Amino acid sequence: MADSTESILETPLASLHRELGGRMVPFAGYAMPVQYPAGIMAEHLHCRAAASLFDVSHMGQAELVGEGAAAALERATPADVQGLKPGRQRYGLLTTDDGGILDDFMVANLGDRLFLVVNASRKHLDLPRIESLLPAGVALKPLPDRALVALQGPQAVAAIATLAPGIAELSFMGVGTFTIAGVTALVSRSGYTGEDGVEVSVAAEDAERFARALLALPGVLPAGLGARDSLRLEAGLCLYGNDIDETTSAVEAALTWTIGKRRRTEWNFPGAERVRDELANGTKRLRVGIRPDGRQPARGHTPVHAPGSDAVGEITSGGFGPSLNGPMAMGYVARDHAADGTALELMVRGKPLAARIAPMPFVAHRYAR
Amino acid sequence: MPETKFTKDHEWVRLDGGVAVIGITDHAQNALGDVVFVDLPEVGREVAAGEAIAVVESVKAASDVYAPIAGKIVAVNGGLADNPGAINAAPTTDGWFFKIEPADAAEVAALMDEAAYAAFVDTLA
Repeated sequence: MADSTESILETPLASLHRELGGRMVPFAGYAMPVQYPAGIMAEHLHCRAAASLFDVSHMGQAELVGEGAAAALERATPADVQGLKPGRQRYGLLTTDDGGILDDFMVANLGDRLFLVVNASRKHLDLPRIESLLPAGVALKPLPDRALVALQGPQAVAAIATLAPGIAELSFMGVGTFTIAGVTALVSRSGYTGEDGVEVSVAAEDAERFARALLALPGVLPAGLGARDSLRLEAGLCLYGNDIDETTSAVEAALTWTIGKRRRTEWNFPGAERVRDELANGTKRLRVGIRPDGRQPARGHTPVHAPGSDAVGEITSGGFGPSLNGPMAMGYVARDHAADGTALELMVRGKPLAARIAPMPFVAHRYAR
Repeated sequence: MPETKFTKDHEWVRLDGGVAVIGITDHAQNALGDVVFVDLPEVGREVAAGEAIAVVESVKAASDVYAPIAGKIVAVNGGLADNPGAINAAPTTDGWFFKIEPADAAEVAALMDEAAYAAFVDTLA
């Protein structure tokens, strides 16, 4: 085992987390707050009711600069990057040569450059991969000295707009640079909770001052990774490493919508052959939502069976939805068991738990479209 | 009130008229976070000391609860099905899990007392 005291990293907000009573746990190589004293349930419900501040500085940030940067990035992703207008952001996938998912990521068009956010656990693979595909004249610049925070919830934009009114003008997936509490901030109206809100990139040296300014706003409380996980699962959003990985394809993961329409005529992205075949002929398995009957959660890796019969799949993320007030899961099942309402049995500690395929999101998105 | 005893698995045990009432400690409920479901053993089951016989599910994770002593399950707290939050709110009273008729009452006496458990918890910090 690696020496964790030597290899564990901290975000620029680590001392603030400790001051706020955050329970720090290792996550993707970083010491991160899984929760604060309020607890996951309260933090989750607060985000759905008001506004919650999450530190997501462990995620990888980078810029792509140079003539033809968008076309260059399309060598790594099936997303339509060239069609992304200035001031807009898009969710996409980085794909492997055999059509698996290397990572999921956000790309924003800042006019003179592209801005990328990738997963903490994958940045060591993503950035070299993108770099390896770049032509001369396009450069990838990692931004390790930047922090990233998410302010999420129905009151998030109104709260932060008291410091920078222009933020309220952004629509969902809109991006702009603002001065907030004296800090230069790159703001996107996005997030990963299903709620309206923003993700904000600031210089690491400004991060604590910036986070304190947001925490001072009415209705804003800190929330940890635990609430972030239950919020994203209620919103039906994938967690890389659980719900998508190098073995799953965009089609299996029900993320075909991230593949640009033009890209589906060009078929010039990594793994296009597999995706094209799966779109034409269907996949053996599909990512679906699953709702266990009753109150008992079924966690990741729980086998999914047809009632009284054989295994037809596996849960990849599962837990209890505080806003749903019930258990929820997502996972992969064989295609003929993937229709909404299909009865299943989840083998929880060897005992069958009745469940059904259910549409996602489990809790409706409330984006500012 | 009879003396409450404790285990290294963070269960408390209290003899009540010859029957051991068992739950999880305040330290345990605090570490688990908000409890949303408990899977309790069947009444009448014979259990061995150290056997995993119940599961407590928080928002975040599932954790086993062990039989602190050998004996027979004579009751379970049915109220937890509708109100698992009692485990967080009142872990050592309303949040009890199950009752065991001890095979050997001396097993209860051999468990940690409150001071020993507090010292044990301190070693975990």
